Amino acid sequence: MIEASAGHDREQVLYVYRGDSDHGQEVAYRVPVVPGMVVLDALHFIQAHQAPDLAVRWNCKAAHCGSCSAEINGQPRLLCKTRLDEYGADDLHVQPLHTFPVIRDLVTDVSWNYERAQDLVPAFHPDESPPFHLQQWEVDRVEEFHRCIECFLCQDACHVLREHGLFGQYWGPQLMVRVAELEMHPMDTGNRTALLHGAAGVGLCNVTHCCSDVCPEGIEITHNAIIPLKERVADQYYDPVGEWLHKLIRPKAKSAVPAPAIQDR
Amino acid sequence: MNAARKYAVESLSYDVLVIGAGGAGLRAAVAISDAGLSVGVVSKSLLGKAHTVMAEGGVAAAMAHVDADDNWEVHFRDTMKSGHFINNARMVELLTTEAPERVLELESWGAVFDRTPEGDIMQRAFGAHSYRRLCHVGDHTGKELLRTLQNRVTHLGVTFYPEVIVTRLFLIDGRIAGALAYQRRDGHFLLFQTRAVVLATGGWGRLYATSSNSWESTGDGTALAVTAGATLSDMEMVQFHPTGMVWPPGVRGLLVTEGVRGEGGVLVNAEGRRFMADYDAERMELSSRDVVARAIYREVQAGRGTPHGGAWLDITARGSDFINRKLPSMRAQFLALADVDITRQPMEVAPTCHYMMGGVRVDPDTCTTAVPGLFAAGEVAAGLHGANRLGGNSLADLLVFGKRSGEGAAAFARQAPSPPAVSTRQVQAEIDRVLKPLERVDGPSPYQLHSDLQQLMSHHAGLARTGSALSEGLYHLLELREQARHLAVPGGTLYNPGWNLALDLDALLLLGEAIIDSALERTESRGAHFREDCPAEDPAWAQVNVVITQDEEGALHVGTAPVVPPGPRLQHILSPLDGQSTAGRTGS
Ligand SMILES: Cc1cc2nc3c(=O)[nH]c(=O)nc-3n(C[C@H](O)[C@H](O)[C@H](O)COP(=O)(O)OP(=O)(O)OC[C@H]3O[C@@H](n4cnc5c(N)ncnc54)[C@H](O)[C@@H]3O)c2cc1C
Ligand code: SF4
Ligand code: SF4
Ligand code: FES
Repeated sequence: MIEASAGHDREQVLYVYRGDSDHGQEVAYRVPVVPGMVVLDALHFIQAHQAPDLAVRWNCKAAHCGSCSAEINGQPRLLCKTRLDEYGADDLHVQPLHTFPVIRDLVTDVSWNYERAQDLVPAFHPDESPPFHLQQWEVDRVEEFHRCIECFLCQDACHVLREHGLFGQYWGPQLMVRVAELEMHPMDTGNRTALLHGAAGVGLCNVTHCCSDVCPEGIEITHNAIIPLKERVADQYYDPVGEWLHKLIRPKAKSAVPAPAIQDR
Repeated sequence: MNAARKYAVESLSYDVLVIGAGGAGLRAAVAISDAGLSVGVVSKSLLGKAHTVMAEGGVAAAMAHVDADDNWEVHFRDTMKSGHFINNARMVELLTTEAPERVLELESWGAVFDRTPEGDIMQRAFGAHSYRRLCHVGDHTGKELLRTLQNRVTHLGVTFYPEVIVTRLFLIDGRIAGALAYQRRDGHFLLFQTRAVVLATGGWGRLYATSSNSWESTGDGTALAVTAGATLSDMEMVQFHPTGMVWPPGVRGLLVTEGVRGEGGVLVNAEGRRFMADYDAERMELSSRDVVARAIYREVQAGRGTPHGGAWLDITARGSDFINRKLPSMRAQFLALADVDITRQPMEVAPTCHYMMGGVRVDPDTCTTAVPGLFAAGEVAAGLHGANRLGGNSLADLLVFGKRSGEGAAAFARQAPSPPAVSTRQVQAEIDRVLKPLERVDGPSPYQLHSDLQQLMSHHAGLARTGSALSEGLYHLLELREQARHLAVPGGTLYNPGWNLALDLDALLLLGEAIIDSALERTESRGAHFREDCPAEDPAWAQVNVVITQDEEGALHVGTAPVVPPGPRLQHILSPLDGQSTAGRTGS
């Protein structure tokens, strides 16, 4: 816990969403700013001094676990990695992820993502048993995908889910990273092309790159995961319906992530 | 508020309940499922967020891919020596012989590790390991391990309950019969009826103000176990990792992986001297954690600390290509949070509370505790690490003993008759108890009490201890316990962190007392336990572990139990040791 006595030079007002899935509103909290402070520190200060029941997820405080995902001034961010000094004197609005239902305050129900992971079959499927003989470059090729911290910020940013709500038709970028991780594993022999083409709906992605832009691990989701997966599907299927849907759901706004309507949740 | 308010209680039944979804819990769940039994897994966070995900350096397994002379016997010797010989030798034997198999098994489930030029799993150097032994992938090995197990259980039909927190184990006729938990997302209660429970609840680093641990690490399972009748052991053995971040204030305690030193980072004091030469000239930065942590502490005490009370850790000599490849998360962590580019600047570091060597006493082969039907594995269990844990041995522990505990629990559940149903009266009594903080209108805040407890433990039972400071600490701790009976929290049971913390404090207060009691009992210095008033190691204390039990009234009792000695075969491995260093020794 950061105490005010740590020596602070200014105060910052945070407008934090308080409420559940039915209703809620932003509440203003004033916190003393200490050097290097991140938004999660500010929320912990609020819990300790003003609102003990403020709901927020966190674990590592080091951008390693992907628990503390939320939206800061409309942008999907990790609360533990976002410094207050980035925003200078600007107001700070802290909102739950827009794409998933709110449970309480900043905590959203992200169970949909875990359910899709369960549908991802076949799981890793090697023909040989270890010890495997692999070269470092083969490891490097998939290592990027293994860095995913399952923060679901990319899911939050993807307009197919965020704006169009096509949860039944596209699994979203995070699950594409998972599929890519398996498909490109040098020892894997499973085939997931039918899944990608069908239930997982990779065809609905129209490579806007919004997901890659928000990924805190810097994973090149669009270029390194999704496009190669699309190519695998294209090799096997030609899909006029997908083409048509694909055109229909271009994002409305050109901005990286369309700003959510604040408060009306 | 109306105490008679009704809460939904959902009743569920599994052959085995696993509490905890870190490496140990998930590996146990795989074993139970493989045995054909039904298994439910609960955890305080979402799937894949447990502490294990933060482990960076690697998993220790004597595969001899890099140093051909390595083998399980050398690993055994390194571990016993680091534990100052109060380890359970049988546990160490199982760990060192089985770890390579468990790591390869992960590969068959989809994990990837960095490679040697020959195409084998790469192994890196780590403190007090005689050879390069830690299998790793960059600096996110824990994540690789946890994800692999997560993906495995996902497809095995294991039922997972995220954000479900157990507050009570029920015993009937002295045997495990069930557990009560609350579910954060709807504030409802879940009653698990089960024949066996595997505790895989991790550590209790949240007892200390400067800590690398997450909010989950409040030792709930350890407290549940001792209250149910299990014995705790080695509670005085608290590992302070030498290198935690110190600045800015918000990141104080965040871990800087030992991998930095493993890959060539050096420690320098404010005067620019590589001071490890004065403490362990042979192993230098790669000495054991207790030695390095104490060295930094001493340098700061002597006035040779950095501006924020630590030491400089410098890896710039390795160049940016190397650092970006081998330590990408560390580089990102310092850039984002401290404005420090570790490819060009040194890091400021100081000791941080990191790991609990102590915990629940278990049978090495099956992980069973003193309570029939109760098993424990991972950080919650004691014995493997003795007085000081070697880096990389924890991840190996999770795999080896996670599997063994799952098999132990499955074997028990298979032959045990169904326990009688837990009575509604017992369930209601527990629900009434946990709702208390929500019903009080006025009282101390759990956040304040937690902060006071952390300060107390850091000052009175931290890296350096004395008998008088410990006694004083105990006195204040009992005062805090009294205050804890009056905690008040606003809000309801739906996702309420203040309420959750109020309940976590029960475990923290109990374990804080257990640590102080044990530290008072061991009147010598050994491994992580450093008594300024008795600074020498005393051979008589090498013969015993300090143990804790709880009586019906809730009072803790401290005592000793003889160290389980190594059998003749293991004795033979240790004989060439005779107190000298094993560094560079060829395994035989
Ligand atoms: C930053 C960091 C780096 C590390 N690096 C390394 C390394 O490189 N190598 C190494 O070997 N070790 C390392 N360690 C140590 C190692 O990561 C941990 O000791 C190990 O992961 C503990 O695993 P576990 O399965 O025992 O428990 P954890 O991973 O801590 O999991 C505990 C589980 O129990 C659950 N739980 C607890 N209480 C309850 C309750 N009341 N109800 C329900 N669920 C509950 C939690 O939610 C969680 O799921 C590191 C530790 C840290 C903090
Ligand atoms: S590229 Fe655009 S459409 Fe495709 S997954 Fe990413 S955000 Fe969604
Ligand atoms: S791909 Fe990136 S943004 Fe998406 S969940 Fe993983 S880490 Fe988060
Ligand atoms: S708390 Fe782990 S990513 Fe922010």
